[in-house]
Amino acid sequence: MLSQLEARGVSYSLQGIVKDYGEFRLTVEQLELREGEIFCLLGPSGAGKSTLLRLLNFLTPPDSGKMTLFGRTYLSSNFTPELQIMRQITTVFQRPALLNERVWNNIVYPLKLRRQAVDKAAITPIIERLGLSGILDQPAATLSGGEAQRVALARALVFSPKVLLLDEPTANLDPENIAIIEGMVTSYAAEHRSTIVWITHNQFQARRVGDRVCLLEKGRIIEVNSKEKIFSDPDNQRTREFLCGDILY
Amino acid sequence: MGAISDGFFESIRLLFSLDPYIYDIIAVSLRVSGIALFLSTLIGVPLGALLALSRFRGKQVVTALLYTGMGFPPVVVGLFVFLFLSASGPLGSLRWLFTVKAMITAQTIIAFPLVAGFTMAAVASVDRNLLRQLRALGATKLQASWAAIREARVGVLVAIIAGFGGVISEVGAVMLVGGNIEGRTRVLTTAIVLETRKGNFGVAIAFGIVLLLITFITNLAMLYLQKRQLLEEE
Repeated sequence: MLSQLEARGVSYSLQGIVKDYGEFRLTVEQLELREGEIFCLLGPSGAGKSTLLRLLNFLTPPDSGKMTLFGRTYLSSNFTPELQIMRQITTVFQRPALLNERVWNNIVYPLKLRRQAVDKAAITPIIERLGLSGILDQPAATLSGGEAQRVALARALVFSPKVLLLDEPTANLDPENIAIIEGMVTSYAAEHRSTIVWITHNQFQARRVGDRVCLLEKGRIIEVNSKEKIFSDPDNQRTREFLCGDILY
Repeated sequence: MGAISDGFFESIRLLFSLDPYIYDIIAVSLRVSGIALFLSTLIGVPLGALLALSRFRGKQVVTALLYTGMGFPPVVVGLFVFLFLSASGPLGSLRWLFTVKAMITAQTIIAFPLVAGFTMAAVASVDRNLLRQLRALGATKLQASWAAIREARVGVLVAIIAGFGGVISEVGAVMLVGGNIEGRTRVLTTAIVLETRKGNFGVAIAFGIVLLLITFITNLAMLYLQKRQLLEEE
């Protein structure tokens, strides 16, 4: 009997992926990501988490290996997805990069890129849930860090991406903003069955939001497991040491 | 001192006299520099953005050439345009020499490196993280480039104004390729040279005032746009 998580369809499949920067090399021998799951990436700084995220968003090509997404395979030699595939993926980075325009223009920017009509009724729940209703006319340059990150998340969600990649989006935010963002992302994943990959340095956050958790260290995957398993009885000794705080970074 | 004050009062009288000689020259000046600026913007803004945002073989050479172009003496540009358009030159068959077209060509060559160079600097200062974010949101390279130009709009505007300043006040190139023909290719700067040599200081000062006014109004418009931009950001 398959668990609920295992029964979900595969969105990404990575095989033999290598990204070599000389002094640092990321190797992913095998990794599958599923639809509707929140996949948390844990690991020390420099482990390769952000590099993996850039690969998943096709922002950087691997040196070798292949990646399958939504049934289409992309080899390292031809790592250029069709625009409609590229437009089903997005990343929210740690430092929100907003256009020097009003908040509303930032939020609807992805729709304009896609020449989609701006459906206010569809956007309003996202805006309200993220507490942005009162600042839509404000210039983005005047926002606080928490507001800017909520705008960045709203902008990422308005076009209902099939894949949402989060590169430490709540680092340096206060608990209230963290709670808003976590709530939004978890409900989005459940409602849209999108694949969420969430880089975090916060084990408690991974426990709160993750379905599966992956530990990366020195460019290699140490362990991938359900959060229940990884936080109670990890398979790998390095994972145990990391979670106990024995690996300093 | 008397010649200056006499010339100044004479210039005021001329400006309000609606003399067609004066207004024809103003019209030719604005037409030549306006079209040259339009063409320079069409070439210079995309070129500057391309140099700022992309990496390709020979980029440093192109950049060095552009910087050279920014400091190129206009009269030398005029000389080359003259040689190319003269009857024995490679483009002599166009018969553009001593026409407005030749002047527009020369002024475009003078202005586009300025527009491209300043645009390049402005676009290069746009946050790289923003460009990466736009790509991650599904922007094509062209859409991301356009967004970068929009982000650098104040700098791009300054680039265009710098191009305009470079051509409206330029005399050597238009004199060489236009020939300063009354009613056809005479512009404000060449008219000032001519009228001064003839001792018509009043007319020369009148043209000088108009030239200053055009530059002043252009800068005022730029400041207004910059201020509006700053107010939007506040």
